[in-house]
Amino acid sequence: MQEFLQQLVTGIAAGGIFASLALALVLIYNAMGLVNFAQGEMAMLATFVAYALISRGMSYWIVFPVTLVLAFGGGIVIQRIVIKPVERAPILTLVIITLGLATLLNGLAGFVFGYVPRSFPSPFSAQSADILGVFVSYRDLGVIVVSGLVLLAVYLLLQRTTVGLTMRAAAHHPEASRLLGVQVSWMLALGWGLASAVGAVSGLMVAPILLLEPNMMQSIIIYAFAAAVLGGIESPLGAVVGGVIVGVTVNLAGAYLPFVGGDLQLAVGLAIIVAVLVIKPNGLFGRARVRRV
Amino acid sequence: MARLRTAPPRYWLVGVAFLFFLGFPTVISSFQTSLWTQALVLAIAIMGLNILVGYNGQLSLGHGAFMALGAYTSAILAHHYKLDYLITIPIAALLTGLVGFLFGIPSLRLSALYLALATFALAVVTPSIIKRPAALTGGVQGILVLQPDPPQFAQDVFAFITGTRMTSDQWIYYLSLFCALLLFWLAWNLVRHRPGRAMRAIRDGEVAAAASGVNIAGYKTLAFAISAFYAGTAGSLFGLATGFISPDTFPVSLSIQLLVGAVVGGLASIPGPLLGAIFAYFLPIESNQWVPSQDWIPDQIRSTVKNAGPAVSYGAVLILIMMFAPNGIVGLVNSGYSALNRRLRGAGDRETGQMPPDPQTV
Amino acid sequence: MEQKAPRLAAVAVFLVTLAACGGSANSAPQTDIGITSDSILLGNTIAQSGAAAAYGTIGNAELAYFTYINGQGGVNGRKINFKILDDAYNPAQTVPLTKQLVEQDQVFAMFSGLGTQAQVSVRDYLNSKKVPQMFVATGATTFNKDFSTNGWTLGWQPPYQGESRIYAADVLKSHSAAKIGVLYQNDDYGQDYLKGLEDGLGSKASMIVAKESYDVTAANTAAQLTKLKASGADTLFIFATPGFTIKSLVTVTLLHWEPTIYLNSVSNPQVYMGLAKTAGAALKNVTSVAYLKDPTDPQWDSDEGMKLYKTVIASCTTCKPNDGFNIYGVAVAYTMVDVLKQAGQNMTRKNVIDIAANRLNETNPFLLPGVKVKTTSSDHFPIMQEQVITWNGTGWTLQGSLIDERGTIK
Repeated sequence: MQEFLQQLVTGIAAGGIFASLALALVLIYNAMGLVNFAQGEMAMLATFVAYALISRGMSYWIVFPVTLVLAFGGGIVIQRIVIKPVERAPILTLVIITLGLATLLNGLAGFVFGYVPRSFPSPFSAQSADILGVFVSYRDLGVIVVSGLVLLAVYLLLQRTTVGLTMRAAAHHPEASRLLGVQVSWMLALGWGLASAVGAVSGLMVAPILLLEPNMMQSIIIYAFAAAVLGGIESPLGAVVGGVIVGVTVNLAGAYLPFVGGDLQLAVGLAIIVAVLVIKPNGLFGRARVRRV
Repeated sequence: MARLRTAPPRYWLVGVAFLFFLGFPTVISSFQTSLWTQALVLAIAIMGLNILVGYNGQLSLGHGAFMALGAYTSAILAHHYKLDYLITIPIAALLTGLVGFLFGIPSLRLSALYLALATFALAVVTPSIIKRPAALTGGVQGILVLQPDPPQFAQDVFAFITGTRMTSDQWIYYLSLFCALLLFWLAWNLVRHRPGRAMRAIRDGEVAAAASGVNIAGYKTLAFAISAFYAGTAGSLFGLATGFISPDTFPVSLSIQLLVGAVVGGLASIPGPLLGAIFAYFLPIESNQWVPSQDWIPDQIRSTVKNAGPAVSYGAVLILIMMFAPNGIVGLVNSGYSALNRRLRGAGDRETGQMPPDPQTV
Repeated sequence: MEQKAPRLAAVAVFLVTLAACGGSANSAPQTDIGITSDSILLGNTIAQSGAAAAYGTIGNAELAYFTYINGQGGVNGRKINFKILDDAYNPAQTVPLTKQLVEQDQVFAMFSGLGTQAQVSVRDYLNSKKVPQMFVATGATTFNKDFSTNGWTLGWQPPYQGESRIYAADVLKSHSAAKIGVLYQNDDYGQDYLKGLEDGLGSKASMIVAKESYDVTAANTAAQLTKLKASGADTLFIFATPGFTIKSLVTVTLLHWEPTIYLNSVSNPQVYMGLAKTAGAALKNVTSVAYLKDPTDPQWDSDEGMKLYKTVIASCTTCKPNDGFNIYGVAVAYTMVDVLKQAGQNMTRKNVIDIAANRLNETNPFLLPGVKVKTTSSDHFPIMQEQVITWNGTGWTLQGSLIDERGTIK
């Protein structure tokens, strides 16, 4: 029983990691109806920037906000340079561009920083708490708490502020928004900036646990996709809940299903994606919408 | 003779290209030939992807998985069941096509975006799935594929022309060329006739297509099946050309390489996949070897290109092509050709009211 | 020509012996493809981009050593040219690149190609072309064990199976009542280590109470370690690549688990131990083995071999001196140069692989004192000695004496 509880907790911890990246995916989806394949790589690159600043002797608590601002700016710059010229192109074009961006950023990071893993500081203790024989790492808890805060911020932004509402309107009804005087293109840029900053938070939280290297996010991006899809891709709350469910499912399946074992955990992620898309494409928290064809 | 003279220039181009591909292994080394074999094999897979993405508008980022299926089907049949490798090629192609068909059914329910997501996940998972049935796939040890000696007639012809002995690599090249020709010809026929028109109609607007009586579900799954059939053939030939397959042979970067080829060559065109394959295959080789060997390029740039690896150039090329030349090389050549034509014929042509060429939307 | 090779080799052996005895026999110099009067061309494929690119530095370190040797006048008056090609750890690229090196660039031999799948993929080809595939950079046992069927292929480092036999011996000696849990990567690397451990324990293999595998695509190994802990194991073997080893060490600590830990040598360089420590690993009771000198270990500060290493590696701008892979590269390059020197004027492929596989007896300054790089006509495992090391909180301490597993793998 204790082992099962431990596996459950470990799964939830992994889920927190998946959720933190899934939140960034959800933001982009809300901003422009797109899944950004480069989200993980952008987060990784932002974390490397933070690493470079910290190794120049800057304090973590200064680097943290600076990185978020830089990531926000970087997201906007990327949107202006590579997305804006094609923002009205078919979804295929956009997906291919974000995939190209992912490949490019991954290669660049490897070129600049090399592939040897690096340790990254964390504001949370590297110890774990003992709760009735089940151990919870403070860093994992930190990821979950920070993801919760980000979730709250994103929710307030999207639902309670004019900017957020305008952003969603611009994404879903660009023509109507334009008629109402909304600068649709800049709303999209704002979405990219915010998603990039949220991704950077994920990178900064995850790097102490996964070790910083160019392929850091590749091991979790599939799970983050699964989390976002399961949660209903446009719901921030869904992303977090989806992340935890994916984390727990993958962990328990790996531990207790012999035909999955430790080797096929990633296939469980794929299975979740396919199952959700086929059975319930709107996920747990997505609203059913008339399908545009 | 009269027909020949009135044949449009592109027919001449096809003829020249055909003779080029037929003849040049006789003048280059066996090793160089083996590189072109890989490019041809890639071209077949990219043509399959092109039918799905370019002509039918369904985005697959996981075609490397279908290649793996084709390669493993052939290798297992040849290795465990001692079948002649040549016979296994069509079996692998058909089996992969069937799996593609089955895969196409659930994907009917997915939007383009979700399909991209699911197929991307498939590409990432492929190597770990291959490892599991180790008794069948050899697990991480992989399977060695014996490269066949050329048959007597091919040896005789080759020796007659070049005066040298034909190597296995050269024989596999001609085998791949034969398959590529056949499959490109099939694709050309497909897209010009009813199924091709139906697929494009679906791509350009499902509602309109449905209203005109096109069987949307049928043609979308058909496109998937055909596309997988091509990838399966390519995978089978890939195993033969490489002589060894293992899980690491089919990384997610293979699927990305296929996509790069399809996009660079030009989606929804017949010569596009060939040009794209040549580009996607030789780009990493040249950026790693040719660029650093050129003395006239500044040192800094040379070492940068070498150390940055193919990922950076692949990524940059994908982005630049989609931004500036969404119809790829073929699109550039076409627009260059019509611009030239306009220039040559003078402005008068504009008054003829000719329709612009088929807009090849992605 | 091919049929004459053995006889030529016999003649060559005779001539070399003669020369060694101080005779000034005017032996006619023999050469082969890839050898000119003033150069030797060697080829290499290695991952310098993609997921396994961290290994890529090995090739650069080897190049740095060859450059150093060329600066000293080369090998018997010949400079070594070393062509490194990036195969991105993908066997499908290793094949054409190797063909290019052999058929187009006309290399004399392939040297230190990296990756088990990649090197298996070209083994048949290189053997059919009779091109030496020397000192492959993988510890898969097959490259040494199957020398009788692939007589042009040879490994260098201690095979993974041999290394874990040493762990088995150490467990039996110091923890004979241990309950062992094993975490291993589900590929040839992890499986070879596991097999060596099971073989080494022999009739005591039931000491292994649980084994769990992970895939390289995994994010972490927490689920596996939780199971291993629950199995009641008090001794943990981690047969993993460096990144996963670090994460696993941290997870063990987070689980408040304090087993005796054995790490494989690939993952034990101090750089990685330091990373594990900063990430929160307690690193209690950690044991491993070593055959290379650790560049970060202060006990070698005044060691001649280590000084030479630091000199050599300084000429490689992209190499980090503390990276354990670099001293590996320099050490294997040293053996290669040694073999070429011994070949003298008889620079044929046959002679060179023959020396490497059958007549090597070298003291390598980059290996631990006492480790011999040795082959005989009946034993083709160049390095089979390693020393047990334990982690003392800041560095590794050598324990006992060298353990020799020569002749145990048939």
